[in-house]
Amino acid sequence: MSNITYNQFDREVHPPYLAPEYKSTILRAPTKPLIFLKQSLSELTGPVFGDFNLGEFDNDLTKNSIKNGEPLGERIVVHGKVMNENGQPIPNTLIEIWQANSCGRYVHKVDQHDAPLDPNFLGAGRCMTDKDGNYKFYTIKPGAYPWGNHYNAWRPNHIHFSLFGANITNRLVTQMYFPGDPLLQHDPIFLCIPPKGRELLISKFDLDATEPNFALGYRFDFVLRGYNATPFEKI
Amino acid sequence: MENILNKDTSSLSLGAALQTPSQTVGPYFAYGLTSEQYLYDFKQLVGNQMVSSIENEEAITIMGKVFDGNGDVIPDAMIEIWQNDGKNQLFGRFGTGTDAKNRFVFTTIKPKSIDGQAPYLSVIVFMRGQMIHSYTRIYFSDEHQLNATDEVLNAVPDERKNTLIAEKKGINKYEFNINMQGENETVFFEI
Repeated sequence: MSNITYNQFDREVHPPYLAPEYKSTILRAPTKPLIFLKQSLSELTGPVFGDFNLGEFDNDLTKNSIKNGEPLGERIVVHGKVMNENGQPIPNTLIEIWQANSCGRYVHKVDQHDAPLDPNFLGAGRCMTDKDGNYKFYTIKPGAYPWGNHYNAWRPNHIHFSLFGANITNRLVTQMYFPGDPLLQHDPIFLCIPPKGRELLISKFDLDATEPNFALGYRFDFVLRGYNATPFEKI
Repeated sequence: MENILNKDTSSLSLGAALQTPSQTVGPYFAYGLTSEQYLYDFKQLVGNQMVSSIENEEAITIMGKVFDGNGDVIPDAMIEIWQNDGKNQLFGRFGTGTDAKNRFVFTTIKPKSIDGQAPYLSVIVFMRGQMIHSYTRIYFSDEHQLNATDEVLNAVPDERKNTLIAEKKGINKYEFNINMQGENETVFFEI
């Protein structure tokens, strides 16, 4: 028998709550110290979506919203592995995906960027990891877009991800970036990450995953929190 | 020799791989994560009806707002609720962008007490302007006795306890507001 305790956030790689260069954090970051919580049943469990019936094209954003043709832009295939800090793969876990279209425009009603919407691209999808923790989905490479944080502010190309993992301590919402993007060094959202963690959010171009005459491949792995197993004392 | 040893242990020990850093959910999550609530044409995995209020006589409604440091209501937050009392495992998700007053609303049942702990819901808070999500809990104002002896609540400074307690507002209705900052800043947990 053992007592499992999941590791806390590794604050050496995660961004802080308050990062004034990203202006929206100023009024939204908690200011008081977090209170340590001993993990109990609720923290050591979480929603399971294993039996959720994924739609046929949920993992193919180039097909799941077609109205009258193919979406515009560069087709890509993104794949990788979800594991924990102990290096164990996390099978059958849900990955939710959302992103801008190839012009840098989100379908979201609040997005007022003056770039065209693509009638054949929603920009939302999801997939499950397989028994070895691997996932794969097809999409269109998202475009960069301007935002209001400061003068001439542009977000680098990125894809948003939401993951659940083994329990609610594993919850992760993050963004995947692309190698060699010149906007990364100007992006306060990326730069909020401590230097030790930044590379972890940049996907790698993957020629082996690239599908000839079809789509460029990128690899991106996720690492969720691991755990310590402390043996119960023998009585 | 030392190198080999290091290599061997690093592949096995904790911290063999670094955690993937968190990034903000941003302002445009709705069509991916709460699509039907926001009327996008994409099937939604989960919403705010954690149980059916028609089938459950004991169903409760929890309603509230999220406030920023100026006391303004945040219209682009996403709240997730998870509960597990050993009997019922329920999960819900709702964005604050569709209600006319930018409230979140959940229908669920009150969890049972486990081992004398006060019943609670686990809450995860996401929003633009938050680089990493926040964890809090919802306790219930009509559980005086269990709240008074609860280990977690008693680890919270007295003057902040009320930020974790949903106030009963009528039959099966509770209000729970989340303050990101200010005098009544909600207690957030390191878990």
